[in-house]
Amino acid sequence: MSQAIEQPRFTCALGSYQSAVAIKKGVPILHSGPGCGGQVNRIIGQGEGYAGGSTAPCTNAEEQDVVFGGEKKLRSVVENAFKVIDGELFVVVTGCTAAITGDDVAAVIGEFQEEDKPIVYVEEGGFKSNNYAAHDRLLNAIIDQYVDKFHESDEKVEGLVNVFASIPYQDPYWSGNLEGIKKVLTDIGLKVNILFGGESEGVSEWKTIPNAQFNIAIGPWVGLKAAKHLKVKYQQPFLQFPYLPIGAIETSRFLREVGEFAGLDKDKVEEYIEREEAKYYEHIEKMASFMLEFRYGIPRRVYSIADSSYSLGFSKFLLNELGIIPGTQFIVDDIPEKYQQYVLEQFENISELGNKRDIEVVFDPDAGNSQRKLEEDAKNYEDKRILILGSAWDKNLASKLNADLLIVSPPVQYRLIMNCGYTGYEGGLRAIEDIYDRVLATYR
Amino acid sequence: MPSINLAEPSVMIREKRLGTINAFTGTAAEIVQQSQDGTLRDAKRKFSQCLGCNAQQAFCQLAMIKDVAVINHAPIGCAGEFSDFNFTYRIEQDKRDLPEDIGRYFSTNIQEKDTVFGATKKLEETIKLAYERVNPKAIFITTSCASGIIGEDIESVADKATEELGIPVVTCSCEGFRSKVWTTGFDAAYHTVLRGIVKPPEKKTNKINVVNFWGSHVFDEIFERFGYEAQYIMPFASIEELEHVSEAAATVHICPSLSTYMGAGLSQLYGVPEITAPPAYGIDGTDGWLRALGKVLGKEEIAEEIIREGHEKYVPQIEKLKERFKGKKAYVTAGAAHGQALIHLLNELGFEVIGASVFHHDPIYDSEDRELDVLAHAVNTYGDVKDYRVCNKQSCELVNALIRSKPDFIMARHGGMTLWGAKLGIPTLLIGDEQFGIGYQGALNYARRIDETLDSIEFIKNFSKHSSNPYTEWWLTQEPGYFQGGRSGGCR
Repeated sequence: MSQAIEQPRFTCALGSYQSAVAIKKGVPILHSGPGCGGQVNRIIGQGEGYAGGSTAPCTNAEEQDVVFGGEKKLRSVVENAFKVIDGELFVVVTGCTAAITGDDVAAVIGEFQEEDKPIVYVEEGGFKSNNYAAHDRLLNAIIDQYVDKFHESDEKVEGLVNVFASIPYQDPYWSGNLEGIKKVLTDIGLKVNILFGGESEGVSEWKTIPNAQFNIAIGPWVGLKAAKHLKVKYQQPFLQFPYLPIGAIETSRFLREVGEFAGLDKDKVEEYIEREEAKYYEHIEKMASFMLEFRYGIPRRVYSIADSSYSLGFSKFLLNELGIIPGTQFIVDDIPEKYQQYVLEQFENISELGNKRDIEVVFDPDAGNSQRKLEEDAKNYEDKRILILGSAWDKNLASKLNADLLIVSPPVQYRLIMNCGYTGYEGGLRAIEDIYDRVLATYR
Repeated sequence: MPSINLAEPSVMIREKRLGTINAFTGTAAEIVQQSQDGTLRDAKRKFSQCLGCNAQQAFCQLAMIKDVAVINHAPIGCAGEFSDFNFTYRIEQDKRDLPEDIGRYFSTNIQEKDTVFGATKKLEETIKLAYERVNPKAIFITTSCASGIIGEDIESVADKATEELGIPVVTCSCEGFRSKVWTTGFDAAYHTVLRGIVKPPEKKTNKINVVNFWGSHVFDEIFERFGYEAQYIMPFASIEELEHVSEAAATVHICPSLSTYMGAGLSQLYGVPEITAPPAYGIDGTDGWLRALGKVLGKEEIAEEIIREGHEKYVPQIEKLKERFKGKKAYVTAGAAHGQALIHLLNELGFEVIGASVFHHDPIYDSEDRELDVLAHAVNTYGDVKDYRVCNKQSCELVNALIRSKPDFIMARHGGMTLWGAKLGIPTLLIGDEQFGIGYQGALNYARRIDETLDSIEFIKNFSKHSSNPYTEWWLTQEPGYFQGGRSGGCR
């Protein structure tokens, strides 16, 4: 969609540089205007990580670069970035100025690649797409320009899997969510290349991407391009799981699908699921009386203004495990039209009992517009307490509707996030705690 | 005065208007001298890290005017700051007892095809959309690198919309590449308001314009003593208030780097006197500022009265705290004039200011009044700062400078720099509210916060022990000014 946007909840293509920040000892280099890095960091990023924020090298385009081109400056900044910053992988991402003036970034970075420097480039330009789509291009750039060149062996390692799930920083809980996914996959016997964050080994892990037996892409659209690319490049089949697996039902489903796809011993996978579910439902049972008996009102209806993966993952979880019925789902990630039908089908079949559910789904990145619709629709549920899964933009709306707000989308602002995540069994319990923490905190 | 020309839609950038520079290595006295004799020269860096751009500074001044909508004519990435300013907007509403509301900001979401076929139609549609959704008193349009390079005729779109909607729709030229000095964005915002909102005076009022961010209302009490009323602009002013700022009795600055374009504009266009003494930081700074204010308002005796009371009430408390700072070495990193004011303040509190890395340097301000030179004032009062750098927010240069100078305390202004003090195990303080340090009470506020920061040494030492350093050994042994194109002679 290309219309105006009020209350943006993602950033531009250049925003994919945050994915480079999330790789251990990864260093982004921005070939862009002077303010671009800060703009990205302000909406997706709390803190600057290893070499993001004001540490990230940048060519800081000025008028003469726009007129005469910025290649010389790029060469100088890259050359010195290697000297100044202790990095293992340098990722050049270009902004609008370089794209419009037509700098030959491939030629400049090619010179460094010829010297076998660990550097890749992605020619973006902020206007090319949002950062969801750009994340896939960044993954492929690293695979093609770095992994392919520096990987040590072509042999497939049994049980090794590459996972493409949360987009670092765009998913505010990326760190915890990736940890959660890695944990359950490791527990059923796989060796996991999680690629980003503290649970990844960094570039040495990236270099084993070609050795994986298969790939997993989590979410309805992001990560698919990388998975498809790897299918052709290294003959790796891939499994798509269409949303974040939150809580027991979805984590068990995820693990069964993965187990079958990977050809793991079914009994062992089931044994693990049984053990985890037992622990999980013991907690659920403990709190069930609260849910059933609490006399002052707990959420009955959930709206989300979130991306497609979150919206689906949370809707399934809340409906089936907490009895909170999804109201209209406002999906803000500008998901391409060709994937929208797929998302709609998932929503239709959201009930574990096989009942068709008629959930209104609105695809619109203009969240200002969605907020107006939400407010209007909420008038139908004046007798119900409402939960909003949204962002910092929705704080005002939530207070207007006396609704509870759990922030699951950028901008985050009202929450500090370190390794909190909602994936897996433990993530489901965490989600329940966080939701009811917000509910109960409203009572005086 | 040629620098303020409202017939031009775009403000003249600071490099050209004021001769502003981004790189310098030397002493404070040297930069003051070179500013005065016109020999100050800029340098180009061979390596650089992320800066900020003037669009952010422009937006920050425009976006919290109470009854406006702001349209950023740009790809969606340039709207990253929307939510950040909305956060500030909401918190500060609460402090001011204003009703809860969100900031109404729109991105035209320029996409690839728009860079080929043009995006003016999109801009027209967005103006309409913003008008319908918000019903604002004015609409501001901020520009971007993308809209600038594709060469949109935004001016005529704005003019047409002004006519159609019956409210001012005013452009603000703040393309990121336009100026190397991000504070040009402040000037761009003031230029926009001077050009499209402010009306010629119909009468004189007893209001004094305080051009500021969203700081606390510390001027209320002071101005009241003089029989005047503080009028804080631009965040949290209404369009109606801004229309009448030309009627004010005077304009004061909390930071000359911020607002002298507005001050000079109101003075040159409408005869509103500008208080050109350095802002009221520290006891000595407050004395001077109050005297200058008293002079402009013709009430010198009231200034003396406030000075006397201030000294009686606050100086003894500050003196006590000063004992604890004696012999300690301080380092300052900040924007320009505010950093210079901090140098003055820290000296006064008994620190030895051993160095400073400020982001840019304006050799003169729009009023062309040398009285406003905060650094000259600090140097004349307390002596030279031997290691004075203009670092353009390059954290690599700051780290090297800190490693060499080994201060006991770092005073920072602006995010992105405090981390390095902490990583090196040096207590570091950043204060967001510029008005927190104004006046005698402000000097005490600062002294207390500094004392508190020095006291949290356990945290800093532990953090330092466990933190990583992304800079190479090679870099850490170079002169901080290494990349400033051969101008590293002053490094020490």
